[in-house]
Amino acid sequence: MALDDRKSDFNFVGTRPDRPDGLDKVTGRAKFGADVSAPGMLHGAILRSPHAHARIVRINTAKAEAHQDVKAVITRADFSDKPEFRPGLEGEFWNVLENVMAGEKALYDGHAVAAVAATSALAARDALKLIEVEYEVLPHVTDVDKAMAPDAPVIREGAADYSVPEGMHPNVVRYHESGHGDVEAGFAEADLIVEDSFVTEATHQGYIEPHACMGSLGADGRGELWCTTQGHWYAQKYCAALVGIETAQLRVTASEIGGGFGGKTTVFIEPVALALSRKANRPVKVVMSRSEVFRATGPTASASMDIKIGMKKDGTITAAEGIFRLQGGAFPGAPGDMTAMCAFAPYNLTNVRQVGYDVMANRPKQAAYRAPGAPMGAFAVESVLDELCNQLGLDPVEVRLKNAAYEGTKANYGPTYPRIGLVETLEAAKAHPHYAAPLKPGQGRGISCGFWFNHGGETSVSLALSEDGSAQVMVGTPDIGGSRASMALMAAEVLGIPYENIRVTIADTATLGYNDVSHGSRVTYASGLATIKAARHAIERLCERAAAKWGIPVDAVKWENGCAVPSGPNAGDFDPMPLADITADMGATGGPISGHFEATPEGAGVSFGTHIVDAEVDPETGKTSIIRYTVIQDAGKAIHPDYVEGQYQGGAVQGIGWALNEEYIYGEDGRLQNSIFLDYRIPVASDLPMIDTVIVEVPNPGHPFGVRGVGETGIVPPLAAIANAVSNAAGVRMRQLPMTPPRILAALKDNG
Amino acid sequence: MDYHSPASFAEASALAANASGITRFLAGGTDVLVQLRSDLVTPDTLIDIKKINGVSDITRNADGSWTLGVAVTGAEMSEHSGLGRDWPGVVEAMDLVGSTQVQGRATLTGNLCNGSPAADSVPAMVAAGVTVMVTGPGGTREVAVEDIPTGPGKTALAKGELISAVNIPARGERGGDAYLRFIPRTEMDIAVVGVGVNLRLDGDTITEARVSLGAVAPTVLLVEDCAKAIVGSALDDAALDALASAASAACNPIDDKRGTIEFRTEVTGVLAKRAAKIAYARAKGEDL
Ligand SMILES: Cc1cc2nc3c(=O)[nH]c(=O)nc-3n(C[C@H](O)[C@H](O)[C@H](O)COP(=O)(O)OP(=O)(O)OC[C@H]3O[C@@H](n4cnc5c(N)ncnc54)[C@H](O)[C@@H]3O)c2cc1C
Repeated sequence: MALDDRKSDFNFVGTRPDRPDGLDKVTGRAKFGADVSAPGMLHGAILRSPHAHARIVRINTAKAEAHQDVKAVITRADFSDKPEFRPGLEGEFWNVLENVMAGEKALYDGHAVAAVAATSALAARDALKLIEVEYEVLPHVTDVDKAMAPDAPVIREGAADYSVPEGMHPNVVRYHESGHGDVEAGFAEADLIVEDSFVTEATHQGYIEPHACMGSLGADGRGELWCTTQGHWYAQKYCAALVGIETAQLRVTASEIGGGFGGKTTVFIEPVALALSRKANRPVKVVMSRSEVFRATGPTASASMDIKIGMKKDGTITAAEGIFRLQGGAFPGAPGDMTAMCAFAPYNLTNVRQVGYDVMANRPKQAAYRAPGAPMGAFAVESVLDELCNQLGLDPVEVRLKNAAYEGTKANYGPTYPRIGLVETLEAAKAHPHYAAPLKPGQGRGISCGFWFNHGGETSVSLALSEDGSAQVMVGTPDIGGSRASMALMAAEVLGIPYENIRVTIADTATLGYNDVSHGSRVTYASGLATIKAARHAIERLCERAAAKWGIPVDAVKWENGCAVPSGPNAGDFDPMPLADITADMGATGGPISGHFEATPEGAGVSFGTHIVDAEVDPETGKTSIIRYTVIQDAGKAIHPDYVEGQYQGGAVQGIGWALNEEYIYGEDGRLQNSIFLDYRIPVASDLPMIDTVIVEVPNPGHPFGVRGVGETGIVPPLAAIANAVSNAAGVRMRQLPMTPPRILAALKDNG
Repeated sequence: MDYHSPASFAEASALAANASGITRFLAGGTDVLVQLRSDLVTPDTLIDIKKINGVSDITRNADGSWTLGVAVTGAEMSEHSGLGRDWPGVVEAMDLVGSTQVQGRATLTGNLCNGSPAADSVPAMVAAGVTVMVTGPGGTREVAVEDIPTGPGKTALAKGELISAVNIPARGERGGDAYLRFIPRTEMDIAVVGVGVNLRLDGDTITEARVSLGAVAPTVLLVEDCAKAIVGSALDDAALDALASAASAACNPIDDKRGTIEFRTEVTGVLAKRAAKIAYARAKGEDL
């Protein structure tokens, strides 16, 4: 898309109006996943494996079926047998089905094995106890390095795809290798080489709203589904395939969503509710408990990584190499490739090589979590960079600036960057008062850069004008970060009518064409682009009507500040005709006026950020306090700056949790030990400092207003920036996340 | 499930004595109801003690001691004008329990009888020398708090027995107490280590001390060696080090998701020193 197509002076974009969902959310009027019910509705509950790995020998549901409150009991046999097992991600329908309801084996603690629908939630819960499952317990493995070892139990033969080299353990299911230059030659040129290994534990997205849905499916193969999801067309496609109906026969409506962060980009309970409903012939609601959310939805991958970087005394990186092993549960999909591609992406490197492994283990199927895979890689790489800076006595921001990628840099993962904003974020960091602020004894400062690709994806938007001149916009991307406000601002900008006169609705699957999930930081970019183009499409119709009224050719009419105006003095002398004057009698002048746009936009525009963190470590207890935090990130163009800042702050907060205390803790028995928020320690409000933000705006050439997605990059730098701050405060390099007080205290002791 | 709301402790005791299956008393319910809803413990008999006369009273007795009803909440303790002046350590320990919402319900007695080795108010009560009145089919007896827990989730209360009041001794002259816990966050967490210290001074010298440890053994500990380490001292560095060593030596913790044996043992000593310093300053009349 040409640059001159891009607008840079705005009336609405860049302002901070009230959010359209604010009143609903503070008054409790907003309807979330669990907030609907229907006449005759039943409650579903799911029986889950207590074993990390076990063959399901026999399931006896007779007693549960005989219970007077129970209306249906289902097992795997109640789902479609069409999805086929195939290697890697090729058989994703089968993978999702196998995850939604276990087949021959239970593959992790919490894996669904059966479900009931009963007249109350309590009756459903108690009826689960009447289902008898005979298990043959198998050896299990939950650790990524152990899962790759020769003697590791095999999760599933034949799951590895073509990319995996000969001789690897069957649990290694995908392999990625990329880079350019000659790393050995590069290391030979280095004055200092640092080589180190790092591990991170799996963390959960921690959305406050547990998964919840209500499904209704009749014997006629037609169904309705209400659910909390980041992507209802995905839910439609997968649910239809898993219960064996045609996609178009299932209408899916996305509820208001209480957080997703990537974790609601797939289905877990939705196909179960539909299968129960079909069997009971009644609507069925299923609501997960928090413990089910932890045990059986998708946390991140855990990681084990080896990094080697060579540097000259002046800070120039001569070569960089990374090996990234990611464990993503009992299914293919751990983003080892993403980790590998993102880890070195901020830098202009002559010699770079990266390898990523996707490894299966007896844990729940990983799901996306903001920039999936990238934060772990950044932790490892940026820790080594920090160590190099410390050992060479160099300033960490200067070193990053010296090696920073810019327009024209050949990225480590292949493409050549168009206009990007990394250097601008580093310059802003250098100039920020935080970077110059003095530190007290016991405190340390950490810096990290971070990168994320951003995504376009299938997008379809419709816009309809009302007689009174107001507009309704139908988008297909659930609003997980304020997108309704941003869409309204962009539509207001194009149409020239007030923000308040526009209502944006998340349309159901029967109302628009296929929309990709709200993921990949794509919504403000792609749905925004489509909203702008749909509005422009409506303006073409408006200009046609004005031209007809004036009796002049349509190309003699243009649109300005919400009115049709003659395009020049030659076109005629007419007063501007406001939008509402045209819509008032549109029924009589040619019918309803709407705009529509659909495409798969390709110009998402990569995004970079730089974070500055100050941490204080109590040397007697190993407890860390984050005392100051500044997020600097390129937004391209901030449509609604409040929401952009919210994304930045949220990334920092989730990063603080991931870096310091959040982790999946498995016992020797392979069972998850901390499946409640009491023991899965996300940060509480009092743990956090005020998080300062700086919005850098280097416009994305691929969007009419210059937007780059901002939802994910913000979680890439925190792990590394915090680890660097803690390491500098404690005087010892922390190589394992989370950096819990016991780990820090042990590291301090080992250090003498 | 049978639910009762008796009007007296005698009636409550009789109901419990005659009940079969699992019996729970319902004070704030912040343990009982959570366990019920998460399908951990479903009582057959639930006896709500909040309808008994006087259970929400905080009374300062003529001798300066305090009597607290068994339904007095953490919030009521914190908001009381006099209790926290006498016993800041006991009040702050209870105040650490949960959140604002939990504080509106949770009680000292519930915290004690739930039997968690990590219960926050218990080491503070033990250090303060708190006793409880135990009412049962045979009448009422007075029991020291440290004698109530017998193991994780277990108490010395016999079938039909319940606690009917909490007695906190008179503060007296030149005394101070403090409670500190270690959690990796700043609130809403379970103690990895808890330390309660209560002491009295003559001049600058400590004449009496009680030091109690939580979350480092199957039950709360009252550690005589810790008291010995500081009695007779002015809490100089040598006394503090001796206190830390004695506290660490008394630990018998487990490795679990909340902390390792090494960590708990080490940090117990650190917190013992810090709590002792606060109690000492309070005994000297400093407002901490
Ligand atoms: C979100 C949350 C956070 C929490 N945080 C903490 C924390 O930080 N620290 C901490 O220590 N605890 C914490 N707790 C646990 C709980 O709040 C405390 O243990 C609280 O003090 C229990 O008091 P209660 O009145 O609610 O007890 P209840 O739940 O009513 O009762 C608890 C137990 O005591 C018994 N009981 C109650 N009254 C009597 C009586 N008169 N005689 C005999 N037995 C009796 C009951 O049978 C039951 O076994 C937390 C709980 C929640 C839900």
